[in-house]
Amino acid sequence: MTEPIVTFQDVHKSFGDVEVLKGINLDIKPAEKVAVIGPSGSGKTTIIRMLMTLEKPTSGDIIVDGKNLWKMDKNGQLVDANEKHLREVRGDIGMVFQHFNLFPHMTILENCMTAPIHVKKENKQTAKQHSIQMLEKVGLGDKLDNYPSQLSGGQKQRVAMARALVMRPKVMLFDEVTSALDPELVGEVLEVIRDIAKEGEMAMILVTHEMDFALDVADKVLFLDEGVIAEQGTASEVIEHSSNERLQSFLKRFRA
Amino acid sequence: MDNWSWEIFFDAFPVVLEGLGITVGLTLACYLFSLIFGFVWTFLRRVPFKPLNWIVTWVMEFIRSTPPLVQLFFIYFAWPMVPVVGMTLSPFTSAVLGLGLHFSTYIGEVYRSGIEGVDKGQWEASQALNLSTRQKWLKIILPQAIPPTIPMLGNYLIIMFKEVPLASTIGVVGILHMANSYGAQYWAYLEPLTIVAILFLVLSYPSAILISKLEKRMNRRFDKKETLNSSKGATT
Amino acid sequence: MRGINITISVLIASAILGYLMAFIAGLCRLSSNVFIRKATGFYIELFRGTSLIVQLFWLYYAVPMLFDIQLGSNWLVGVIAIALNYGAYMSEIVRGSILSVAKGQTEAATALNMSSFQRMRLIILPQAVRMMLPEFGNYLIQMLKATSLVYLIGMNDILYYGNILRSNDLSQAPTVYLLLLVFYFILALPIIWLTRKAEVISKKGVAS
Repeated sequence: MTEPIVTFQDVHKSFGDVEVLKGINLDIKPAEKVAVIGPSGSGKTTIIRMLMTLEKPTSGDIIVDGKNLWKMDKNGQLVDANEKHLREVRGDIGMVFQHFNLFPHMTILENCMTAPIHVKKENKQTAKQHSIQMLEKVGLGDKLDNYPSQLSGGQKQRVAMARALVMRPKVMLFDEVTSALDPELVGEVLEVIRDIAKEGEMAMILVTHEMDFALDVADKVLFLDEGVIAEQGTASEVIEHSSNERLQSFLKRFRA
Repeated sequence: MDNWSWEIFFDAFPVVLEGLGITVGLTLACYLFSLIFGFVWTFLRRVPFKPLNWIVTWVMEFIRSTPPLVQLFFIYFAWPMVPVVGMTLSPFTSAVLGLGLHFSTYIGEVYRSGIEGVDKGQWEASQALNLSTRQKWLKIILPQAIPPTIPMLGNYLIIMFKEVPLASTIGVVGILHMANSYGAQYWAYLEPLTIVAILFLVLSYPSAILISKLEKRMNRRFDKKETLNSSKGATT
Repeated sequence: MRGINITISVLIASAILGYLMAFIAGLCRLSSNVFIRKATGFYIELFRGTSLIVQLFWLYYAVPMLFDIQLGSNWLVGVIAIALNYGAYMSEIVRGSILSVAKGQTEAATALNMSSFQRMRLIILPQAVRMMLPEFGNYLIQMLKATSLVYLIGMNDILYYGNILRSNDLSQAPTVYLLLLVFYFILALPIIWLTRKAEVISKKGVAS
């Protein structure tokens, strides 16, 4: 049995008085592909945002590769993590956002190169080479010197993926990456994700509304409802054979 | 800090305060002048005659980007010497003309932004309803153009209040002038000038807060649509 | 025309110092340290709440009396007064521009594991500065106009020499002051032009 790369232990999260997550327990193995589905407001995005250190859990532990993400050891006591600790642990994680969040003042190539150079201290030549490789892989080798504003939504999202991949994370998070796209551009983005998934190595957590895609790519599907994981299992178990009523009505809306 | 004397402070306070009426009065007079003259600029820029627009734009730019102090000197010292139209003006009148004219160019811009801020559809709609020019302006455009400009106009009142002490250089006896002459008389500038600073702070700071509150309220009223849209974009 | 060098040197020095103050104070306003935030807020409100000419006189007459120190030359007093005053105004632009860079930019930078310093330097500031440029240009014109005030604390700038010319021959007053105004306008023209350029630039390349 391999050690999980990510573990959630009774993680709670409240925004003000509203408790969005009410105790999440979760193991993700290296190279495992997990799809998270569920109605809006069920806290899907919050799960991966906490893993990316964009939101702080109210209670509970998140373990990444054996290290506690939000807490660190100080003289034998567990205290809230400082920025240095967060940076150490989150280096293994990458994320692609719903709204791309490309850096508009940089070219496509610079978008990809900046983090390797400044964060991983790679030399410029290596960083450039890797970035070009990645951009070619997502089919944008001819757009290196363009600015994000000159690209279509689908192209932007592919750049965002290349930018995250260049950092070679062990876990990659996808936050509804196709929701902001025009319908005709969804396909090209899903295609790239499928390719990345096939390569294996990397664990992936996909928050998505694309049910067929989840079925196709994911080893495991989680159905999140009212702040808890209401159902989990292989894609076919959850999507095709579950008896959970709320899941059934949720699926009906999406597959109609 | 040994040089601070409360005795002088309390001695100078009533003296400086005597100038407050003039300072506030001059502020209001300049403000009124610029509010009215601002309309003239806005109107002249809307006249459908290109060369006139061009000239007006550059005259405004000229007035706006040269120092009001020099403009004051021009009106007070040089205007009487100008042949034919020249006449001697009192310091107070010169200040109203000089500062009022200077700031009217800014006020004119505020009016313009208000008018241009009215949705294009509103113009087309009034056209479609076959309203007269008068009706169009009074009933449709101005009621929408004016409210958003109110906070900006309020800001300019505060800005002008702070520029008015310039007039002490041509002999308008406002608070700064009183403080300086007290200073020259007793060779004690510290306390009277501090009083002036305090008076400005006490009067302008609360008004600034008031205006920023007003601005927030206006924004809420006029940007309702925008906030609705942005809340739709929130993620789960 | 004599006195030009004073006008221009005061403008350049106070602009540099003013922009510097704007960045320092603007960033301090965004600090997580409450004390730094409040202290900077006090500085900003103090200088925005009183007028420049009062500050100038205060620094020139009152400060030496209060602390028994000389602030060096009156050139320096003029530069400091203008820089502190407009630095306070422009710090609000720095703060506002930084805040208006979209939150997603910070998040993306975090996801790439940048430190908070790297996020500010590589992602936020380059975008925020573009937004600041047009306003910075407008304030440069304000500072140019403000340089005329140093005449009031006894500096021999162009206004001083203009006034001497006038007192030599009163009938020349209209010509003298008109020339002065034109001179200031000529100095302002390139700034006006640059500001318009900056407006075009600032509309591109910013996520907000």
